[in-house]
Amino acid sequence: MNILLFTLILLLGAYLAGLAGSLTGLGGGVVIIPLLTLGFHVDIRYAIGAALVASIATSSGSASAYVKEGITNVRLGMFLEIATTAGAVMGAILAIYTPVNLVAILFGVMLIFSAAMTLRKKHEDALQEGSKLSYALKLNGNYPTKDGIVEYKLKNVGGGFSLMTVAGVLSGLLGIGSGALKVLAMDTAMRVPFRVSTTTSNFMVGVTAAASAVVYLQRGYIDPGIAFPVIIGVLAGAFTGSKLLMRINVKSLKLIFSIAITLIAINMIYNGINHKF
Amino acid sequence: MGKIKKVTDYDMEQLIGQVLRYGVLTAGIVAIIGGVWYLFQNGQGTPHYTEFHGEPAGYTSLTGIIEGLKNGSAKEIIQLGVVILIATPILRIVFSLISFIQEKDRLYIVITLIVLLIILFSMFGGLKV
Repeated sequence: MNILLFTLILLLGAYLAGLAGSLTGLGGGVVIIPLLTLGFHVDIRYAIGAALVASIATSSGSASAYVKEGITNVRLGMFLEIATTAGAVMGAILAIYTPVNLVAILFGVMLIFSAAMTLRKKHEDALQEGSKLSYALKLNGNYPTKDGIVEYKLKNVGGGFSLMTVAGVLSGLLGIGSGALKVLAMDTAMRVPFRVSTTTSNFMVGVTAAASAVVYLQRGYIDPGIAFPVIIGVLAGAFTGSKLLMRINVKSLKLIFSIAITLIAINMIYNGINHKF
Repeated sequence: MGKIKKVTDYDMEQLIGQVLRYGVLTAGIVAIIGGVWYLFQNGQGTPHYTEFHGEPAGYTSLTGIIEGLKNGSAKEIIQLGVVILIATPILRIVFSLISFIQEKDRLYIVITLIVLLIILFSMFGGLKV
């Protein structure tokens, strides 16, 4: 296989990754790592670099629309980014001491968790009474719905912040956006309404990934020959996804996608245990 | 007398949205230009990514990338696109900071500065090895 063919297949794969990532809310990085490692036998370190690039591309691309619509809670995102960026830096440091096979196994576990999170029912109701800290930190907000502006409050700021640190560490270690963990922190712990937690999570992914990407770029994990089809493919896929999202039923799609990534995850874990990376 | 317009969260949201959009677009366009050129030069070669070598210094530092750009190297043009992409969310933080300063929101000026400092530490903290 020559570079031209490799690039074209990767471009198509990245397009599908961006499409699936934006339709299911999991982001582009999740599919890129198995595609490169299992599909092309690319070293997992190059795959991590590519996944970070993909995460930033999908996050920034779709966040630009959500922020303008006023759904994203910018203050909440900013505050929690202290946790995710600090975590991401820790993750990038930990990566030096973590054997690649363990990284692959952790990635597989994270994939299964993400698949389960996609199917879980989220909170849609807005909390009326927030915790003290939520007022002090100005984290409560409102967002537009078709029935008008909905005010919401949130609670358990400490719990959410801790979970966000874990999300950051995993993001820095594995190169993914950890969107599933971010939603868990905001949805389950802090009780942020579903639409706000998904868009704010997506908003944070870019900054979190950038915090570790600056380290990985210097370590030589980001290869131009892999990066460019990934950036272009993922951006185009995410763009198509955001257009399609209004018109198709994502429920069955989420189920198919969850089953698919669970199978991929098992494959990653199996290969990790057998030291295939 | 015209009243001075108060800067609101709405203005910040619009500004951040623009920064993200144009950042991603610019990164994408630069990557396409570099990528097409790269394929033109190397399309017939063989990819070798099964073993990790780490990228040469030219692709991993800003000075290296700029040096490569002077020589018109396709790979460095792509890396410039990557750098623009990584810089986009960081630039978003800088613009949020400016907005919070205009809104005189002290608490969030501090919070935004902390995030910015963490990223600067990650960049220049010698975490490479």
